[in-house]
Amino acid sequence: MAIKFPSDEWVKEFASQINGSKAYEESGRDWEGDWIFVVETDDAYPKTVYFFIGLYHGKVTDASMIESEHARDAQYFMRGSFTTWRKTIEGKLDPIQGLMMRKFKLKGNLTKVLRYPRSAKELVNCVKRVPTEFTS
Amino acid sequence: MWNFISPRIVFGEGALDVLDELQGQRALIITDKTMAQIGLVDKVKGHFKKAGIEVHVFDEVEPDPSVQTVQRGAEVARHVKPDWIVGLGGGSPIDAAKAVWVLYERPDIEPAAIAPVGELGLRKKARLITIATTSGTGAEVTWGIVLTDTEEKRKMGLGHPENIADIAIVDPEMAAGMPPRLTADTGLDALVHAVEGYTCSWHTDLTDGLCLQAARLVFKYLPRAVSDGQDTEARERMHNAATCAGLGFGNAMASMAHAMGHSLGGAFHVPHGRAVALFLPYTIEFFAPQAPERFAELAAFVGFPNAGDEKAARALAHQIRDLCRKVGNPISVAEAGIERKAYENQLDKLVDDALNDTQMVTAVRTPSLEETRQLFLYAYDGRPVDF
Repeated sequence: MAIKFPSDEWVKEFASQINGSKAYEESGRDWEGDWIFVVETDDAYPKTVYFFIGLYHGKVTDASMIESEHARDAQYFMRGSFTTWRKTIEGKLDPIQGLMMRKFKLKGNLTKVLRYPRSAKELVNCVKRVPTEFTS
Repeated sequence: MWNFISPRIVFGEGALDVLDELQGQRALIITDKTMAQIGLVDKVKGHFKKAGIEVHVFDEVEPDPSVQTVQRGAEVARHVKPDWIVGLGGGSPIDAAKAVWVLYERPDIEPAAIAPVGELGLRKKARLITIATTSGTGAEVTWGIVLTDTEEKRKMGLGHPENIADIAIVDPEMAAGMPPRLTADTGLDALVHAVEGYTCSWHTDLTDGLCLQAARLVFKYLPRAVSDGQDTEARERMHNAATCAGLGFGNAMASMAHAMGHSLGGAFHVPHGRAVALFLPYTIEFFAPQAPERFAELAAFVGFPNAGDEKAARALAHQIRDLCRKVGNPISVAEAGIERKAYENQLDKLVDDALNDTQMVTAVRTPSLEETRQLFLYAYDGRPVDF
């Protein structure tokens, strides 16, 4: 059954997909750093939403929808509009291309992120496996 | 939404004359010692002289330029204060010139952080001219920069769309003196750009035609350019092929053969074109069971018989090995002269670096760690991939 995006249930299912991915476990085995994903309001969605995803050595340590980007500590922030996130989840937009075209904005140690392109790709593979229903 | 980014390209016989009309005060040529020794630096200097532009030269770029080298070049740039930076040579000097330019304009940036995100704000101090003296890298028309982290023995894929050249000069006379080995290595690099640019997951309608034409030109003219360096038609068409392929893959992406080639080159200093061409057939065979269509299309365009998609993709891999043989290049890592023991000792690192290479993200079939390991082993022995 499809899970509504954005929702706490959705991000927990995303975390579950990541934790079930051998490819992510391999590629992110050295990764240490928590993320906050910011889904910004646009014409397709009425409010800005925040997700926290803790990542450590190839596994998700915690994942939840949070009240604001200050509600949890994180080292990395990725923000984009609801529509941009939707296209990424649907596999229509590669997030790396999205970053290059400034559809996504990244805050954090970019040099470190660039050393993990395979992890990024595996996260996209995981997100595409979440059965998602988009609310508006 | 996507970009197609290109410099103004001045190409064909006499293209270097465009320098005669430039406006400016000072130029800094970033190059290597060989370019000075064979007279190409003086040739370029002569054109700048006609334009009344003072010329300085930084000729310390090594093959696979290091972070330290470009930092030294940037230091020279800060001293000279050029309004033109000129990358003269093959991929190494041109990539170094791009990096020197970025660091000259943005001393606050570390080389490893030159990434295609946000704004760099270039062109406040200088602009960039690229002059290709090999026919293969396409670096003259791409914004990508490959630098080597000498401590970790790892190649880093860097660059920002802003660091594309303002003017790219593609004059076949500048490549006319290439020896056969360099002609083969760089020409095969152009073929890999064409094939990967056409088949990677980031290809677009705007890049497809460039990649197809480049592949056709390489298959037709590379053997001639290698066997007879005086064949001016072959030289010119190969010079154009390299630029077409550069525009093609530069606005799409390269893929897994580049990821594996960077990894091998970082560990064993195999010339870039030789390394990526060596791996290309193995990666095609790996992709063939799951995503053969684009390879089959390319094979048909080049004129190879099409016996169905997967067979056609495998036949393309075979044709590429044939071309490598024809121009005297290795088709296995063993043939490239690397000892098995040394290779096996480095295998974990080779796999890890390849999987974390930026070019890997566009692979149409993502290999697991174990599959990548197997690909390196198959490529060592020259065994066609069967998994």
